[in-house]
Amino acid sequence: MDREAIVKGFEPQLHNILYILHELQDNNPRHFVAKEDIEACADYLKVPYSYVHGVATFYTMFSLTPRGRHIIRLCDSPPCHLMGSTTVLDYLRQKLGIDVGETTPDGAFTLELASCLGICGVAPAIMINDEMFGKLTPDRVDGILEERRKGV
Amino acid sequence: MIKATINKVEIEVPEGTTILDAARKANFAIPTLCRHPDLTPGGSCGVCVVEVEGFPALRRACMTQLEKGWVVSTNTARVRNARREIVDLILSDHDADCLTCIKNGRCELQDVARVVGIKDVTNQGKNHKKAIDRSRVALVRDPNKCILCGRCITVCSDIQTVNALTLDGRGFDTSVSTVLNQGMGNSACVNCGQCTVFCPVGALYENSQTDEVWKALNDPDKHVVVQEAPAIRAQLGEEFGMEPGTIVSGKLHAALRRMRFDAVFDTNFTADLTIIEEGTEVVDAIKTGRSLPIITSCSPGWIKFMETFYPHLRGHISTAKSPQQMFGVLAKTYYPEVKGIPAEKIVSVSVMPCTAKKFEAQRPEMWSSGFQDVDYVLTTRELARMMREAGLDLKDMPDEPADDPLGEYTGAATIFGATGGVMEAALRSAYFLVTGRELENVNILPVRGMTGVKEAEVPVDGLTLKVAVAHGLGNARKLLDKISSQLAETGKSEYHFVEIMACPGGCVGGGGQPWGSTMAQRARRGEALYEEDASLPKRRSHENASVAVLYEKFLKTPNSEKAHHLLHTHYNARSKVDGKVVKED
Repeated sequence: MDREAIVKGFEPQLHNILYILHELQDNNPRHFVAKEDIEACADYLKVPYSYVHGVATFYTMFSLTPRGRHIIRLCDSPPCHLMGSTTVLDYLRQKLGIDVGETTPDGAFTLELASCLGICGVAPAIMINDEMFGKLTPDRVDGILEERRKGV
Repeated sequence: MIKATINKVEIEVPEGTTILDAARKANFAIPTLCRHPDLTPGGSCGVCVVEVEGFPALRRACMTQLEKGWVVSTNTARVRNARREIVDLILSDHDADCLTCIKNGRCELQDVARVVGIKDVTNQGKNHKKAIDRSRVALVRDPNKCILCGRCITVCSDIQTVNALTLDGRGFDTSVSTVLNQGMGNSACVNCGQCTVFCPVGALYENSQTDEVWKALNDPDKHVVVQEAPAIRAQLGEEFGMEPGTIVSGKLHAALRRMRFDAVFDTNFTADLTIIEEGTEVVDAIKTGRSLPIITSCSPGWIKFMETFYPHLRGHISTAKSPQQMFGVLAKTYYPEVKGIPAEKIVSVSVMPCTAKKFEAQRPEMWSSGFQDVDYVLTTRELARMMREAGLDLKDMPDEPADDPLGEYTGAATIFGATGGVMEAALRSAYFLVTGRELENVNILPVRGMTGVKEAEVPVDGLTLKVAVAHGLGNARKLLDKISSQLAETGKSEYHFVEIMACPGGCVGGGGQPWGSTMAQRARRGEALYEEDASLPKRRSHENASVAVLYEKFLKTPNSEKAHHLLHTHYNARSKVDGKVVKED
C-alpha cells in the first residue's frame, strides 16, 4: 500500500488525524494501524509518534494489532444486555474459539465489543464490517458466520 | 484585584488567581496530587476539589480562576468526603506495598492519603497487574505504582520536547506508555530522567546499581575508585536535611572514604581537563575555519537528543568526551601507570546528578582503556541511600580534600554543574589560549541564571566571540532550529560556541537529583556553585597543576594523538521511533 499517497489525500492539519488513521487502517490488508502507519501519519502532520499512538489507542475503532478479514462488533450497551447479548457473546466465543479482542487462527474473524450500535429496536445486535445484524439467536449467528466464511 | 470569600474569610487577590493559590494565600491548604509548580495544571487527579456557591458540582481548585464575589468552601463535609473518595479510588488500584517502594517516606500519595484522612480502602474493585518496564538501562517504569497524573508526560513533551511518553488506551485501562508499547528502551527517550524527578509516586526511578557497588567495595581484590560530578556538592546536603545550595565538597570526600572507597577523586579534575581539550578544539576550529558553531558535548541526555532529532549537527558537536568518561579512561590508564596497580583490578564508580550518565557509561564507544571505562554510575539519590545504609550523616562529616592525582580542581570546574558554567569556564581558558593573557574579570554574568536561552558577546583580541547557552531540551530545540536554518540558508551561523545542557538549570537540575526539585531549588543550587567558584584560589582550568602534570607525564599536548584516542569520541544518528543507531553507508 502507498501510505504516502493515502496521507496526501488530506490537508496536513491536525484535525484530519482521525480521517487519516481510518484511511490507513482501511487500506491495511490486515485491518490495523501498523508501525509504518503511525510513522506516515506523524511525519505528515509533523506531530510526535507518541501523540499518534495516544490517539490511536484512545479510540476503540483503531487496532494496533492485526485483525481478521471480518470484524465482529457485538453491541455492549444496556438494551442489548437486556435482550440477551451476553448469551450471544458466549455463543460467539464458543463457536469461534476466541475471546474478545482475539482473531481466529484462520484469520477469518476478530471478535470485539462496541458501544451502542443504534439499532436497539432489534436488540441484541452485532455489526460485521459495515453490515448490521439484529434479533440474534445462536441459530441466526451460525448462518451469518457461515455466509461470511464462504464469502471470502 | 478582586474580592471573594474563602471559608468565611474575605480575601483580595489579583484577577486570574486560581482558587488553589488564593486559598493558600489565606492560609488554607488544599491537598493536590497532579499539580506541580513548574508544570501547566492538568487537573487530572481531582483531589483539590472545592465548593463554590451557585455551582452544583465541585470545582477543581488548581484549574479554576477565582471570580469577583465568589463564596468558596474548601473544608465542608461534602468536600472532605469527595477528596477521601477520590484518593480511595486511586488507592483501590494502586500497588500500595509501601515498605519496599523506592519512594517510601518521600511519596506525595502517602502525604495526600494522610492529609485527607484515609483509614481504609473501601473501594475493592479490579486490580491491574502490569509488567515493569526495565527495557532502558538508566530508568525503570513501574505502571503498578502509577496514578496517571500525567506529570511525566507533560515534562517529557512540554519541557523536554522528547515526547517519548504517551497515554495508552482509555478509561480504567489507561496507562503511561511509549510508542507501540515497546518500552522506554525502544523509544526516543534520552534518559534525562526528568520524569523521575516529577513523578509524585514510585512509578519512575533510576535503574539502581548500589548492589553492584557494595559488592565491589566488599571485594578485597578490587581497587575501587570514585568520582563525583560538580553538581553533587550543591545538593547531596538536601538528602540529609541541609538547605538547598549548601556546598558539601569536603564532607562528600570524607563520607566516600568512610564507605571504604580505595581512592576518592573528583570529576571536577576532568572537568578542568575537558575545558583544555574542548577549548583547544574551539580555538583551532576558529583558526582553521571549521564550520561553526562548536557545541558542547558533556550532557549525555543532550547527546542522545542530538543524535535522534538533530543528527545533521553531529559535525558541530565537540568530540571531547564528557568529564565522567575522561575520568573513566584516566582511572584505568594513567592512574594505574602512576600507582603501579593492574588496570583490571580497578573498579571505576561515578556519582552523577544524572540518569543519562548510566546510558553514556554503557555506550560501546566508551571502552577506550580496553575495559568499560566507567563501571557503575550512581545518582545523587543512590549515593544518599548508600550513605544512610552505611550509617553516615553528611552533616557530621569533616571537610577533606580529594586524593591525588585526579582530585585537584579549580572554580571553573565547579560551575560545570550550572547552566552556562561550561561556557564560562571555556571562555576563561579560551581567552588565555588565544591571547596568552589572562581574562581580567572571570565572571561572565550574561551566561549565568535560569533564562532558557542566553547569549553573550566576548571580545577576544579583535574577534568578538558570539556564544549561546540553552538548558532544558525544549529551549535547546529553539536555539538549534535557529542555528540549523542559519546553516541551511547561508552555510554559516552567527554563533561561535554553544553550550547545551539537557536538564533545566543544568546538572543541578539533573534527573538523578533529590526527588521533587523545583525550578527555584535548581536556581539556588546553581548560585551555590558560583559561590564555591568565587571562594577558590584558582578559577581557571588551565591553572590546575595536576592537569598540567597529566599532560607532561602522559598526554603530551592538548588534542595530541594520545589525547584524541583516549579523550575524544564520535556520534551516531538514531531513529526517532525506537532510538536505535541508524546504520549509515
